[in-house]
Amino acid sequence: MTPHEPDSRPLLLGGPALGLRLAVLALLSAGLMIADHRQHHLAVIRDWLSAVVYPVQWAVQAPFAAWTSVRESFASRAQLEAENVRLAADNLALRLRQMRYEALERENQRLRTARESTSRVVQRTLVAEIVRVDLDPFRQRALVNKGSQSGVFRGQAALDANGIFGQVTRVGPLSAEIILISDAEHAIPVQVSRTGARTIALGTGRSGQLSLPYLPQNSDVVAGDLLVSSGLGGVYPPGYPVGRVTSVERDPSQPLLSIAAIPLAGLDHDPEILLVWFDSTIVEPEPAAAPEAPAPQPAAEAARGDRG
Amino acid sequence: MTRRSNLGWPGITLLTIAALAATVLPLPAWLEILRPDFVALTVLWFCLLSPRMTGLLHAWGAGIALDAFRGVVLGQHALALIVITYVATKLRLQIRAFPPLQQTAVIMALLWLNEFLVFWIDGASGHPVTDWRRWLAVPAGAACWPLITGLYARFARR
Repeated sequence: MTPHEPDSRPLLLGGPALGLRLAVLALLSAGLMIADHRQHHLAVIRDWLSAVVYPVQWAVQAPFAAWTSVRESFASRAQLEAENVRLAADNLALRLRQMRYEALERENQRLRTARESTSRVVQRTLVAEIVRVDLDPFRQRALVNKGSQSGVFRGQAALDANGIFGQVTRVGPLSAEIILISDAEHAIPVQVSRTGARTIALGTGRSGQLSLPYLPQNSDVVAGDLLVSSGLGGVYPPGYPVGRVTSVERDPSQPLLSIAAIPLAGLDHDPEILLVWFDSTIVEPEPAAAPEAPAPQPAAEAARGDRG
Repeated sequence: MTRRSNLGWPGITLLTIAALAATVLPLPAWLEILRPDFVALTVLWFCLLSPRMTGLLHAWGAGIALDAFRGVVLGQHALALIVITYVATKLRLQIRAFPPLQQTAVIMALLWLNEFLVFWIDGASGHPVTDWRRWLAVPAGAACWPLITGLYARFARR
């Protein structure tokens, strides 16, 4: 078995020892799977493993990242000027909105104090870059370059500039895995912004599509309606944009509508995202808040249950 | 059999890590669906054709590493890989004697078995991926087999 004698091993492996080894290793794998999946005992080992594999994952995308940064640093002057003009205009518009927003926020705070309910606005954010590796083509997951050393925790909400992106499913010391809102195992409690109707938006497994299968035939939803997070379940901060309804299908033979929406966050092309901290300890005692489905703690689990 | 080869444990580890890296290398979406299971191909090459054969332990280690890489249930790919390694080891002498086309067909069957086990465990652990396109990786992997054998043989004989 020494590395310097490459042909020291027998040519023919096999015999009863092979079957025995298969059995032992298979049992070991099965044990690992059960411990990992059923009991979540392996969190420490998983964290450790993700710390081991992260350098390789990072190295895989490093040339791509380097190429992007080289391209950016050689961007032409005209391009930069155009971008600068656009950003200045954006900034002006945002500052105008900010002025109004601050006044509204103060007013909101005052009203909430009067009602003795705590507001749940985002308190702290952390920018994380997406590590461009393909974890699985059939799952909507992303790897980011911030982990438990930066205070990232399991179940943390991730946003981008346009809306809700996903939540953290696994945390390593230097990296974290995020499940996107479009993953087939993900569900997010939402509210139709125009009417206030609450429901759940499920991922479909395709990056540009969400589905809302739990609204009854008589509900008031039309294409173009904005969906915002309702904050039920405490994973996502309330009031952030999630998606826009693209089509509403009314089939009279079905009790429920079938509604499709597109996510607003740039799920497949965001270079970086925001991880947010907010106070989710107090659930608002709203009378109309009887949720259609039990508020999903890790929303993903609830979705799985719902769809059997 | 090549007498002189540099395929000690460092070489084996290097090739396995390269295969793992190829598994997560960012690709355009249409190509991503066709991405072969490089780790399975590498493990099969090591137990079938390599001048220095590896066994179940290598397959298992590579599988655990792949599980950690892709963030799936720990042990999933490990189990699938040791099963196909077992089958390949049992049939090693026949497979080695096969003409290339027939060998590729056997590899396709083994890759299918691997994918099927992964698919099964996916379902059993409550993360079913029923998209039919996941099976496209199997013929794509078989098509890569001659390429992989050529490449690795060069690496081993260098």
